[in-house]
Amino acid sequence: MARVLLQVPATARKGEVIEIRVLIQHPMETGFRVGTVGEVLPRDIIRRFACTWDGEPVFSATLHPAIAANPYLAFTARAEATGTLAFTWSGDNGFAQTETRRVTVTG
Amino acid sequence: MRRALAALLLLALPAAAPVGAEERRSGFADMTPATQAMQRDDAANPGMLWALEGEALWLAPVGRAAKACAACHGDAAASMRGVAARYPAMDDATGQAVDLAGRIALCQVRHQQADPAPRESQPALALAAYVGLQSRGLPITPAEDSRMATLRAAGEALYRERRGQLDLSCAQCHDDNAGRRLAGSVIPQGHPTGYPIYRLEWQAVGSLQRRLRGCMTGVRSEPYAYGAPEYIAIEAFLMGRAAGMAVETPAVRP
Amino acid sequence: MPSRRAVLAALPAIAVIRPAGATPETMQAAIREFLGRDRPIQKGRVTMDIPPLVENGNTVPLSVVVESPMTPADHVRRIAVFTSRNPLPSVIVAELGPRAGAARFATRIRLATTQHIMALAEMNDGSVWSDTAEIVVTLAACVES
Repeated sequence: MARVLLQVPATARKGEVIEIRVLIQHPMETGFRVGTVGEVLPRDIIRRFACTWDGEPVFSATLHPAIAANPYLAFTARAEATGTLAFTWSGDNGFAQTETRRVTVTG
Repeated sequence: MRRALAALLLLALPAAAPVGAEERRSGFADMTPATQAMQRDDAANPGMLWALEGEALWLAPVGRAAKACAACHGDAAASMRGVAARYPAMDDATGQAVDLAGRIALCQVRHQQADPAPRESQPALALAAYVGLQSRGLPITPAEDSRMATLRAAGEALYRERRGQLDLSCAQCHDDNAGRRLAGSVIPQGHPTGYPIYRLEWQAVGSLQRRLRGCMTGVRSEPYAYGAPEYIAIEAFLMGRAAGMAVETPAVRP
Repeated sequence: MPSRRAVLAALPAIAVIRPAGATPETMQAAIREFLGRDRPIQKGRVTMDIPPLVENGNTVPLSVVVESPMTPADHVRRIAVFTSRNPLPSVIVAELGPRAGAARFATRIRLATTQHIMALAEMNDGSVWSDTAEIVVTLAACVES
């Protein structure tokens, strides 16, 4: 499983726009590089990222080979009610990973 | 606006100046603000992914002894604090100097009765990054040991030896021309303050030995094999030369 | 024997030069594909933040901010980034809505060479806004061969 660094506040006030940052370990092999004996290294990238809050879409993205290795994304979410944020990455060679974080919303 | 800014940056190239010990600067100081920000912020520094993996390895029982690093060393934040700042160091059992990666490999063989993680493999780099992180911010403090002094002298001789088809020594770039530019890059003074580093060129974490190999192939000389005593000697010299500078592991470099 | 200065001067020529596949035309084609058809693109409301001069094209920090209240009635639907001289023109297509609370994101991109990039924001009313930037990628001398 790929290592993931998530920065998500544990609590937020209702209506607050919170900052979320995600970093995942992945080579994002472009499919354009050449290996040691002249062979083209096949593409191996994360294609999709999505973040939901109790199932409701917050932010998602289609990634292309021009996204740097170990993809980093920072985005925002509006806190409405205490719930679970789910982060999913999927891509070439069956890559699939999900992480979750609970956010408590007050007020 | 952006173009004007770019032109300004190009005009602001640092003037050439040979540097003495009192003007030592980490390669961090020569990076763009964007790359500096990447290193400063743990949530953005990709090297932290390796440190995170190292933490998991630290806690995992392995080998025939089924022991984790933590079984002997406990909490790395306490037991490993300052350790990376002292390496390379003598291994008394063999009478040989080892770097941090070599010390970890010896531990894996002797105490975990496991196969050592190969040099430059992801687990080896991850553990070194995690152990190194425990010394972040602490001054590099080379061991006061006469055997290490001998090794540092041998390392300095290698550092000053001209080599390769370009017939260049380490010192000719990193002492005589540090601060000048080679193509778009500032030549750093070559202080190994942040290894293992996340290098943007590698798009991954790598060791000082990988960086030294890069320099050696760059001057078209035959690099030593990973783990060669020559690398340990050069590292011992460089760490002595950087004594007192702060550990930055896991640093980010272009 | 060449002087040290001559040798140092010769080194940059050794640096790896990567091929660039995209052209301004393929970038236009990718933009048309993103929009679905030819639609007017207006300048403004979108601001890219990207260093004008980067020391390594492998990992270039990029953020995009769009002026929008991000309400159900008035929000950004998609933000896309395109390059003119990478092997492929498309970089990222982000989908967002009122639940994002703000129309901004940051990531790190690869730039094969000096080129210009374009960010487009598609609003829920169908209008499309843009920003462009020119980035100089300096050639590193000491790359691993």
